[in-house]
Amino acid sequence: MTIHFVVHDEGDSVGVVVVEGLTAGTPLTGWIMDQDKMIEFQARNDIPIGHKLAIRSIAKGDTIIKYGIDIGRAVADIGAGEHAHVHNVKTKRW
Amino acid sequence: MGIDLKNASFEGWRRENGRMGVRNHVLLLPVDDLSNAACEAVANNIKGCMAIPHAYGRLQFGYDLELHFRTLIGTGSNPNVAGVVVIGIEPGWAGKIAEGIAATGKPVEFFGIEQHGDINTIARASRAAYRMVKHASKLKKTKAPVVDLWVSTKCGESDTTSGLASCPTNGNAFDKLWENGNTLVFGETTELTGGEHLVAARCRTPEIRTQFQAMFDRYQAIVEKNKTSDLSDSQPTKGNIEGGLTTIEEKALGNIQKIGKKCLVDGVLDKAEAPTHSGLWFMDSSSAAAEMVTLCAASGYAVHFFPTGQGNVIGNPIVPVIKITANPRTQRTMSEHIDVDVTGLLQKRMNMDDAGEALLDCMLRTADGELTAAEILGHREFSLTRIYESA
Repeated sequence: MTIHFVVHDEGDSVGVVVVEGLTAGTPLTGWIMDQDKMIEFQARNDIPIGHKLAIRSIAKGDTIIKYGIDIGRAVADIGAGEHAHVHNVKTKRW
Repeated sequence: MGIDLKNASFEGWRRENGRMGVRNHVLLLPVDDLSNAACEAVANNIKGCMAIPHAYGRLQFGYDLELHFRTLIGTGSNPNVAGVVVIGIEPGWAGKIAEGIAATGKPVEFFGIEQHGDINTIARASRAAYRMVKHASKLKKTKAPVVDLWVSTKCGESDTTSGLASCPTNGNAFDKLWENGNTLVFGETTELTGGEHLVAARCRTPEIRTQFQAMFDRYQAIVEKNKTSDLSDSQPTKGNIEGGLTTIEEKALGNIQKIGKKCLVDGVLDKAEAPTHSGLWFMDSSSAAAEMVTLCAASGYAVHFFPTGQGNVIGNPIVPVIKITANPRTQRTMSEHIDVDVTGLLQKRMNMDDAGEALLDCMLRTADGELTAAEILGHREFSLTRIYESA
């Protein structure tokens, strides 16, 4: 079984793609590390290895949670399964 | 069955001051940029020694000059070094650095170029280097317990796999070394931004916590004062962003995984300052890889753990740098730079305890003399931290 993406904690809003060449529409298997649970999902964009996908719907202005902690804010709406990165997420620092 | 750190051992060189080294280098140490050429000429004449050129050492003053001296003296004093030949444009500062290194008891000689010229200086320094190499080659290795090994860490070209797997691997190994009583260090002050509260909460005493917070706040003030944007071109770096890291907070939370789940912060260090007891130290330092590893080496650390995501190729002239990656693309495209492959973690083919053990096993092999990827590839980045403009 291939794990396509990994989530630190089940409360997180994003997971990390851990395979190369992931394309939109691919059915995905995800592993939630802290709770050691598996989830099924679908990617809505092509997402490069190491990049994040939203595992829930995120509204513009929402705080993004990863490791169970605030890692920044959404600057656009991000649908579940969409690529979350510098085009739609920004730091709250500096 | 994991490695029994209490009973495990490695073979290295016990130096005059009691510290254990895992390499036996003879260094040609320039005081300043002007003396690089003479040092490199001596290293070319005499086999078995190494010049470590750098860009600084003239007209620095105040704290910046103190740090310059502390870093060069610390580098020469590192237990991975058997002997040192110091060359400066003038003998005053060269003598000061030699005196600092000589306090460890190891052989050191110094030379000033003025009133002699390069050729005469190179001839005299070559004879000194000759004697030093002869001396170093006669030193015998001895067995030592793992607790005598000082280990530093700093990650680089991080991506999301760093925070998921390679930094937690480092953390697993650090937890075990910390419980074993080893002397450890981490740093990267700016790259704790967004997770500084987590480090503060791990400080052993309120006093250490206050010292840590003061170092963090001081560095934040520098960023705030000098920034011209939100720093999104610098932190995260272009490489980090390519690897999927989006914000400094996300990068910091991955970075902090390197100190594991159990370690407490037992003290704080200024740049290139030597620790005074065992435990985990936080060093107020740059987050740039070569600068940070250079500072760790100057503090006396003998082996360095370096988790990487996108594949940082860094090494150090005197300290073996052990690279760990969990990124399957990096392992596929840059395997010659990687010492410990933990890509199995992300596919549940390996657990974190196994990964930590693989790193500790590599650490012991490296301490016994097995060369790291960076050593074989000739990476000898020696980057001094410079604080402000010249006088």
